[in-house]
Amino acid sequence: MPDTQALVNDFLNQLKKRKIEGSQATAKQTAELLRSVISQTRVPYTNQAGALIDSVKAVGERLIAANPVELAVGNIVRRVLHIIREEDVSLTTAAMAGLNLSAVSDDEDDADRDDRPVLSAAAVAAASRSTLRPPSLQTLLEDVPDSAAVPHTSSSGGDSEGKSKSADKSSRSRKLKHDVIEAVNELIQDINTCHEQIAEQAVEHIHQNEVILTLGSSRTVLEFLCAAKEKKRSFRVFVAEGAPRYQGHLLAKELVARGLQTTLITDSAVFAMISRVNMVIVGAHAVMANGGVIAPVGLNMVALAAQKHAVPFVVLAGSHKLCPLYPHNPEVLLNELRSPSELLDFGEFSDCMDFGSGNGAPLLHVVNPTFDYVPPKLVSLFITDTGGHNPSYMYRLIADYYSADDLVVQRRPTSGN
Amino acid sequence: MVAQKKGATARVSEDPEELARHPLQAILLADSFTTKFRPITLERPKVLLPLANIPMIDYTLAWLESAGVEEVFVFCCAHSKQVIDYLESSDWSSQPNFLVTTIESHNSISAGDALRLIYERHVIHGDFVLISGDTVSNMSLTQALQEHKERRKKDANAIMTMVVKQSKPSPITQQSRLGTDELFMAINPDTKQLLCYEDKAEYSKGFISLDKTLIADNPSTVLHNDKQDCYIDICSEEVLSLFTDNFDYQHLRRHFVKGLLVDDIMGYKIFTHEIHSSYAARIDNFRSYDTISKDIIQRWTYPFVPDVLCGNSAIRVERRGTYRASEITLSRSAQIGPFIVIGQGTEIGNDTKISHSVIGEGCTIGSNVTIEGSYIWNNVTIEDGCELRHAIVCDGVTMKSGAVLEPGVVLSFKVVVGQQFVVPAYSMVSLLQQPTQQDSDEELEYADSSSGNVELPSKLNGDITSDLSETRHGPTSELGTGGVGYIWSIFEGGHDEEWRHSVAPIPTDKLAKIMLDKDEDEELLTQDGNVLSPSGELKSDSDANDSEDGDNEGSRDDYVSFEKEVEATFLRAVHENVKVDHVILEVNALRLSYNMASVDCAGAIFYSMMKLAVESPHSSSSELHRNAADVITTWQNLLKSFLHDIDEEIEVILKFEEICLESAKEFSPLFAQILHLLYDKDILEEDAILRWADEKEGADESDKVFVQRAEKFLQWLREAEEEED
Repeated sequence: MPDTQALVNDFLNQLKKRKIEGSQATAKQTAELLRSVISQTRVPYTNQAGALIDSVKAVGERLIAANPVELAVGNIVRRVLHIIREEDVSLTTAAMAGLNLSAVSDDEDDADRDDRPVLSAAAVAAASRSTLRPPSLQTLLEDVPDSAAVPHTSSSGGDSEGKSKSADKSSRSRKLKHDVIEAVNELIQDINTCHEQIAEQAVEHIHQNEVILTLGSSRTVLEFLCAAKEKKRSFRVFVAEGAPRYQGHLLAKELVARGLQTTLITDSAVFAMISRVNMVIVGAHAVMANGGVIAPVGLNMVALAAQKHAVPFVVLAGSHKLCPLYPHNPEVLLNELRSPSELLDFGEFSDCMDFGSGNGAPLLHVVNPTFDYVPPKLVSLFITDTGGHNPSYMYRLIADYYSADDLVVQRRPTSGN
Repeated sequence: MVAQKKGATARVSEDPEELARHPLQAILLADSFTTKFRPITLERPKVLLPLANIPMIDYTLAWLESAGVEEVFVFCCAHSKQVIDYLESSDWSSQPNFLVTTIESHNSISAGDALRLIYERHVIHGDFVLISGDTVSNMSLTQALQEHKERRKKDANAIMTMVVKQSKPSPITQQSRLGTDELFMAINPDTKQLLCYEDKAEYSKGFISLDKTLIADNPSTVLHNDKQDCYIDICSEEVLSLFTDNFDYQHLRRHFVKGLLVDDIMGYKIFTHEIHSSYAARIDNFRSYDTISKDIIQRWTYPFVPDVLCGNSAIRVERRGTYRASEITLSRSAQIGPFIVIGQGTEIGNDTKISHSVIGEGCTIGSNVTIEGSYIWNNVTIEDGCELRHAIVCDGVTMKSGAVLEPGVVLSFKVVVGQQFVVPAYSMVSLLQQPTQQDSDEELEYADSSSGNVELPSKLNGDITSDLSETRHGPTSELGTGGVGYIWSIFEGGHDEEWRHSVAPIPTDKLAKIMLDKDEDEELLTQDGNVLSPSGELKSDSDANDSEDGDNEGSRDDYVSFEKEVEATFLRAVHENVKVDHVILEVNALRLSYNMASVDCAGAIFYSMMKLAVESPHSSSSELHRNAADVITTWQNLLKSFLHDIDEEIEVILKFEEICLESAKEFSPLFAQILHLLYDKDILEEDAILRWADEKEGADESDKVFVQRAEKFLQWLREAEEEED
């Protein structure tokens, strides 16, 4: 698969050079790349899911390493892995449903899935999955394609009854790959439409004559506000400019172009203005499993101000931003330190950085972090494409999207690294 | 590509499609053609030296790739094999849309030769980026390229765009933060045309000279001293052919840029592009190595920083600019200070303190080691209790326990420093002996004063040798017990300059000294009124002042040396019996070369004659008189030939007075007699003598001494005159 290899390398390069901006674009490209990886993977007769998982993991590991700060990459890799597992399980259960229970041991024998030690018996696993998981909206929705797949598999399963295992396997493998690709397509679709799905909920949250405060620029926020505007809500928006990249300026421009009453303020004026604000609505870079938010720099301050004045702090995040990891030292380890030149002009300050004098140690250190970590207790509400959620509920949501086996995306042979 | 001649009109019309057709190319010179990084560069090419644990060339290539360059020609000369091997084994050989081609040469000794060779290959089509492999940048080329192309469309002579960046030079040391000399550039602020480029200005005098026409031709000119040359040039093809046409161009700046600026026949123009928010700098010497490393650690070069650029081994940034690879063994009690990079597989022992340093891969650092502002490359072993301050330690070095590196030390590959040995400040230590003469194949300092490089044999400085010879003999003893390596004697610029380009910060006492010298200079200069203000703006009337003051002061000096020359000529004439005509010719030549009047000649010759008379042996004043008379008689023709009118004769009398007063007091009693003699010989006319007497009439009593002495003679003259009447 030379062409996928080239694609992977190209994408790796872009990630490394920080050429892709925004988690949505990254998520979409990752999903598309993984889709082509899956479609190029040759599936053996036995253990198809294992082969797919291996090849996705191999690529995913490299993608995550290329830009560890862009969590969306890891999220999508894990989502795809989860999809493969789910599809595999649902196929097995469907096949099982077509057979009688005696087939269980048979299936277990050829499904020598060395990479899935958990799988003692496919049926048990499938059953446990559906029973262990509490019936959330998500599981109900996800079950729909599974049940739709049942008739096909049951027929093929019927054929394979007896000794024609190979035919069964080949059709099943093709089936599995096909289903996985379908599901990944759905994922891509989800990513594409997440803005609209979030924006649909806007009218429920923004009321007449309210004042909304936001910081920096986020497409999700823009769409959200515009959706409310289109529903004839009239409200005002305060935009904090979001130093040092000043993307708030762009957002203000966009909002004005869509006819919204907008006030642009400096970041440092947020506390002074917060008492007049009814709701803070911001975008996020990533949402961690504990409900903490990795967000553009300056938002922690806004969240604290909002808490002080009991103003609701609402975070909009597409489901691709949900990260199954718990943050450890997020201010540093999940941060990207960008060039100090965004803050000040090098030439003007070049005399402060003359290492030839003194003891050679720079006296001026300019730090330009990209992200802030907002702890979950400061967040009032998350709005994802599936609806509004409490920070304390995020872990459930994450359990729906990811399987626990994939939290560490690392293949075993190279794990010594 | 069609003929590379300067068919200007044809070229312009062709341009748009040509540019569209050709991908952007770049020439990367993987050789600096200097010896600034010796002794390290004797064993490894400069471009492969690690900068924050990543070879320099990777920064350059990564930037070129991100800037949209599609084809790079890497010109390798010194250690070409190593460069080629490195490139082949790295990712660069297999990048899509980024073609890296190496061009190898073994006999190029300068950038000029390199470009001539590339021209012969006919590989460059259209505009290209010229850069050397030791440049770190993150600028975007789009705008600079756009500007360059637009200028080219309007004016086919705009063949080069130079990237500059603001960077204030230190007011004390007159050098930039990169350790290069203060650079003066005259730029037209409207067109951004470069008008003057001066990197070796005469600081001692405190002024630089600009061509007058330059100010006449350009309505406005801004003279900058706060611009840094980034050594990134966007060039048109003509640049290559120009190098071929002018086979004596060697250095890109010193010869090529200055050559173009001076040469107004071809009318080629160079423009500048200033970058503000992005970073660009070239590693020219050890100081810039230090400065740029620190800039990288402070992330000015983002996204070309260790944690992003380093592909295979994950490096994480932590608080206070600490970069750590994933697999390091660190003692709990070690104090890992701010701004450090630690490479993969390095072990650090108890109570070791490290700050502002870069530590490579696979190093072993013992306990109680202090490392400050140092650059330690790969696989270095530092045993317990060592101290390193502002040093560069190359691959495979071993420092035995208790060894100390003073600021500015460079230890080249695999050197071993003996136990408890203190390597003196600014030493260069290598396993190789210092070459006694330049080998032309290798990097060559072709610039001025190259010949004076290494005259000393490759032994160390006197005091160190004597120190060490007591402990042990042979080369190993130079670095203490069990040490291996040679301490190079310092060359080029000598002791005075070594601190300028070293990794170590400038010692405060040096700064104080310069400051003191400078203050004195400044006082002197302000008196003259031509000091160059720190902002680099030239005071408008300084030129005029300068020339006048200079003349006054200079002419006095000139006269003294002129007099000496004349005297020497005269003495030679006396001893070698040169014909009078020839002497006259020679003195006239001297007069022209020193820009003197004939009055001065007469004075000088008379002075020489009298001096001769005084110096020839004499016991009494009568003998002296006879001597003088002899000399005057012999050489009267010579003297007469410079006495065209009365002023010159008076000058001779005045000079005689001066001689009697100052240099040869023996003459004073003989004043009247010799005056008479001169009169008798028709050398002086009576008019002149009388005029002299008249002029002295109103002078002080002290001045009149000689008039009184000659009173009798004067009396006689006056009477004779009256009689004639």
